[in-house]
Amino acid sequence: MSAAPTTLRRLRRWFNRKGWGQITIATPYIWLLALFLVPFVIVFAMSFATRTPTAPPFSFGGENPILNWENYRRLFTDTLYIRAYLTSIANAAMATVMCLLIGYPMALGIARSSRSWRNILLMLVILPFWTSFLLRVYAWMGLMGTNSWFNKLLTSFYNGIVPDDWALSYIPMMNTNFAVVLVTVYSYLPFMILPLYANLEKLDLQLDEAAMDLGSRPLRVFWDITLPQSIPGIIAGGMLVFIPASGELIIPSLVGSSSQPMIGRVISDEFASARDWPMASAVSVALLVLLVVPLMLYTHYESKAQRQAQKRAEEGQ
Amino acid sequence: MSAKAEPSQGSARATPEVARAGSSEFVRVEGVTKKFGSFTAVDDVSFSIDRGEIFSLLGGSGCGKTTILRMLAGFETPTRGRVWIDGQDMTDVPAYERPVNMMFQSYALFPHMSVEKNIGYGLKHEKMSKAQRGDRVREMLDLVQLTGLSERKPHQISGGQRQRVALARALARSPKLLLLDEPLAALDKKLREQTQFELMNIQDRTGVTFIVVTHDQEEAMTLSSRLAVMDKGRIMQVGTSTEIYEYPGNRQVAGFIGSINFFDARVIRRNGDLLRLDVPDLGGEVDAAAIDGVSSGDEVTLAVRPEKLVINRARPDETNRTLGTVEGLAYFGKDSLYRVRLPGGNLVSAMSVNSRRAGENERVADWEDQVWLSFAASSAIVLTS
Amino acid sequence: MNHRPVFLVTVLCFGFAFFYIPILSMIVYSFNGSRLATVWGGFSTKWYGELFNNRQIMRAALLSLKIALVSATFATILGTMAGIALARFRVFRGRTLFSGLVTAPLVMPEVITGIASLMLFILMARWIGWPSQRGFATVTLAHITFSMVFVTTIVQSRLAQTDASVEEAAIDLGSRPWQVMRDITLPIISPAILSGWLLAFTISLDDVVITNFTTGPGNTTLPILIWSKVKLGVTPDINALATITVTIVGIGVIVAGILLQRADKRRDRDARMAYRENL
Repeated sequence: MSAAPTTLRRLRRWFNRKGWGQITIATPYIWLLALFLVPFVIVFAMSFATRTPTAPPFSFGGENPILNWENYRRLFTDTLYIRAYLTSIANAAMATVMCLLIGYPMALGIARSSRSWRNILLMLVILPFWTSFLLRVYAWMGLMGTNSWFNKLLTSFYNGIVPDDWALSYIPMMNTNFAVVLVTVYSYLPFMILPLYANLEKLDLQLDEAAMDLGSRPLRVFWDITLPQSIPGIIAGGMLVFIPASGELIIPSLVGSSSQPMIGRVISDEFASARDWPMASAVSVALLVLLVVPLMLYTHYESKAQRQAQKRAEEGQ
Repeated sequence: MSAKAEPSQGSARATPEVARAGSSEFVRVEGVTKKFGSFTAVDDVSFSIDRGEIFSLLGGSGCGKTTILRMLAGFETPTRGRVWIDGQDMTDVPAYERPVNMMFQSYALFPHMSVEKNIGYGLKHEKMSKAQRGDRVREMLDLVQLTGLSERKPHQISGGQRQRVALARALARSPKLLLLDEPLAALDKKLREQTQFELMNIQDRTGVTFIVVTHDQEEAMTLSSRLAVMDKGRIMQVGTSTEIYEYPGNRQVAGFIGSINFFDARVIRRNGDLLRLDVPDLGGEVDAAAIDGVSSGDEVTLAVRPEKLVINRARPDETNRTLGTVEGLAYFGKDSLYRVRLPGGNLVSAMSVNSRRAGENERVADWEDQVWLSFAASSAIVLTS
Repeated sequence: MNHRPVFLVTVLCFGFAFFYIPILSMIVYSFNGSRLATVWGGFSTKWYGELFNNRQIMRAALLSLKIALVSATFATILGTMAGIALARFRVFRGRTLFSGLVTAPLVMPEVITGIASLMLFILMARWIGWPSQRGFATVTLAHITFSMVFVTTIVQSRLAQTDASVEEAAIDLGSRPWQVMRDITLPIISPAILSGWLLAFTISLDDVVITNFTTGPGNTTLPILIWSKVKLGVTPDINALATITVTIVGIGVIVAGILLQRADKRRDRDARMAYRENL
C-alpha cells in the first residue's frame, strides 16, 4: 500500500535535491555522446579498416586486423591527398588573412561609431549571414561568369591598365583557387567581424586617451594599445574562418578548380563516389589532426573569454 | 599677459582679503564654452592658475569639471573660448603634442604592459637613449615607492599601487601641467588621507602645476592652494580653501561647502564694521560683519556655520543669541551635532567640540533641553545672492 | 585625430558594398527575361511564376520547414540544458569532456560530421534495425545535434553575464533550485533562448552538407534541390528563389532590429526618467 507513495516521495526528494541538476546535465551529455562522439569513434575505427566490395563496404581483416595503417600510408604517398591538403590550407589561410584585413577595420569602424549607428551596421553585417549560404555562393557564380557585367567591368578595367598585347576578352575567374578564396572571404567575413567587434567594443577608450596624452599619435595608439588588446578577438575570428574554410565542401565544389580539389571534396568523393569508407575516414582523421592546434587555440581563447565574462558579471554585483 | 581678460558672470568673485599678485600666470582658460549637441557642459568659464599651484575644480557630477580637464588635456575642443598654457595658445593642439599629462580616474593603466612599461610608455616619444629612459623609469618608481614591483602587470598590484603607477606614468615625461581626475576617489578612506599628503609632497618636490578635479570637498580643501567651485557648467567662486569656506560668495557656494544655517534677514543700518540686521527667525536684531554694497532696508541672507554656533545652558554674554529646544543629538566622538528648534519654528544645526571627557549625563545639553545659541558678529556671513 | 575615422568609414563603405553588390545583382537578374542567366533580356517576372508552379520546389520547401521547426525546437531544449549545465554547475564529473563536446561541433568541418553521422546511421540500421531508411528522422537527428551547440553558446554566454545573486536571492526566499531555474533564470535568459531557436532554425533550413549525407531517396530538402540545380550552372529561377529568400529574411531581420532598437530606446528613456525622479 505504502510502497508507491514512498517511492514517489523519494523520487520527488531526489529531484529537488540533485535530480533536476543531474537531468539538466545528463540529457544533453548523453545526446552528444551518442550522436556526436560515437560517430567520431566510428570514423576513427573505420580509418583502420579495409575497403571491401560488400555492403557496408568495409571489413577488419587482412594482415593487421586491428591496426591497419594502409590507409594512412596511402595518405602520405599518394600526391592527390598531399596536394589537396596543401591547396586547402593555402586557400583557407589566404581567405583568413583577407578576412582579417577587411574585417578588422570594419569591426573597428563599427565599434567606434555611435550607439544607434552601431546597431544598424551590425544588422547589416548579420543580414547576409541569415540568408542562405548556398545562395550567397551562387550569387558569386553569377558575378564571376565570363559574360557577367562584373566580369566585363573587371576586364575593361584590366585592359585599360595593361599593354594591348595582354588584353583579355574576359577574366577567367570561375573554377580557380582565386574564386574559392574570394567566395570564402565573402561567406565567412561575418565570422571574422563579429568576434572582433565583440572584443573591440569592450576596450576601454580611456586607454587610447591615456596613450595619446603620453604623446602617441593615433596610428601609434592603435599599434601600441588597440592591436595588442584585440589579439584574442583576432584569434577567435581567425579560427572561426580558417577551420571551416579548410574543410569547406560547397565553395570548392561550385566555384573551385576540379584539377586542384580541396580536402573536403576529396573526403566527399572518396566516401560517396569511390565508396571507400576507410580511406575517407583516414583523410578525415588526418584533417582533424591538422586542425587540432588551431582548434585548441580557439577553445582556449573562447573559454578564457567566457571566464572573463563570468568574472565581470560577478564583480558587477 | 593680455589685458582684455574681462570678468564674465561665471568667473571669480573677489572676496574681501584677496589680493593676489597675478604675475606668474601659467594656465589661462578664457571664456570657454563646450556644447555637446544641445547640452551645454561648460558655460563661458574663465580662470587662471599660477605656476606651481595645486588648483582644484570642485563640483557635483555633471557640473562640467571633467569637461574642463579634458579640454586642458586636449581630448575635447572648446566650442568657444581659448586655452593658454605657459603663454602658448593650446586650444587646437592635439593631446599628443601638449606639455600636459593626465592621471585618469580609472587610472587607465595599459593592462598588457608591466608597471615598468606603463611608466616608460610616454618616454618612447622623447629623444632619449635607452639607458636614460631606464634611469628615468627607476627614478619615477623610486618617487612613488614602487621599486620592487616593476615587472608586475597592473592586475597584480593593489588599488593604491595602481594609483601610484598612474601618477608616475603621468609624471615621467616631466609635464608642465599635471591633470588629476578624481585622483583619490577609488581609494578607501584611510589610504586616501595618506595619499593626499603624498601627492602634496610629490608636487612640492617636482614643482609641477597640478589641476585636480574632485567632487570631495575635504579633498579639495586640504590638497589645493586654490579651488574653483562649479555648478551647471559655470564657476561660482574661485579662492583659497579659507576664502571659500569662511567667505562664500553666495548661498550656493555656502551650502555646497560644509553645512550651514540660513536665515532671512533685513538690513537695518551699518555701524562701522558691523551691520545691524533684523532676523525674525532669531527673535530680533543681530550684528554681523559688514560687506560692501548693501544699504538699509535690503533683504539679505544671514548664514552661520554650525561650529560657529555656541551652545550653552546659561544665558551667554554675546548679544547675537537666541533660545531654543534640543530636538536631535548626534554624537560623533570628537564632536556632537545638535538640532535645535527655534521659537520661530526653524531647525538649526550647532556643532560642539567635545573638548572635555563627559559621560552621557554630563553633556552640554540633552534632548528636550532649553539651550541658548549664540555667535560672534565676525563669524556671521551676510549674503546678497 | 580625424584621419582614422575617415579611413574606417571608407573601409566600412567598401565592405558593405562587397557584402551587398552580389545580392543586389542576383535580385536584379531574377527579373531577367532571358534564359541565359548572365545576359540581360528585358524585364520579366516569369521566373517567379514558374517557381510557384514547380511542385518539386514547393514540396522540398515544405520538408525543409518541417525539419527546421522540429530540429530547432529540440535543439533549443537540449542546447539550453547544456548551457545551464555549463554556466551554473561549475563542477561535475566529465565537465571537460562535456565542454569539449559542446565546442567541437561549432568548428568541425561539416563533411566530417556528415560522413560520421551517415556511418552511424548505416551501422545502427545494421545492428539494431533502425533507421530502416534515411529521411526525415535521420536528417532531423543530425540537425538537432549540430545546431544545439549554437544554442548552448548563446545561452551560456548570456548566463555568464547575468548576475547570479538574483538566483541566490530567490533561494534565500525559499525557492528550490529547479524552481529558481523555472521562475527566475529561464525568464531572464528567454531572449537568448529565442535567438538560439532562430539560429538553430536558420542553420537547419540552410544546411546542405550534413543533409546531403544523412538524407535518403525521396526526401529532398530545398537546399539539396538548389544544390543539385546550381551544380549545373546559373539558372534564372534560382535567382527568383534567392530574391524571395532574401526579401523574407531581410524584412524579418529589419523588423526585429527596429523592435530591438525601440526596446533599447525605451529602456534608456525609462532609466533616465527614473534617475530624474530620484534627483
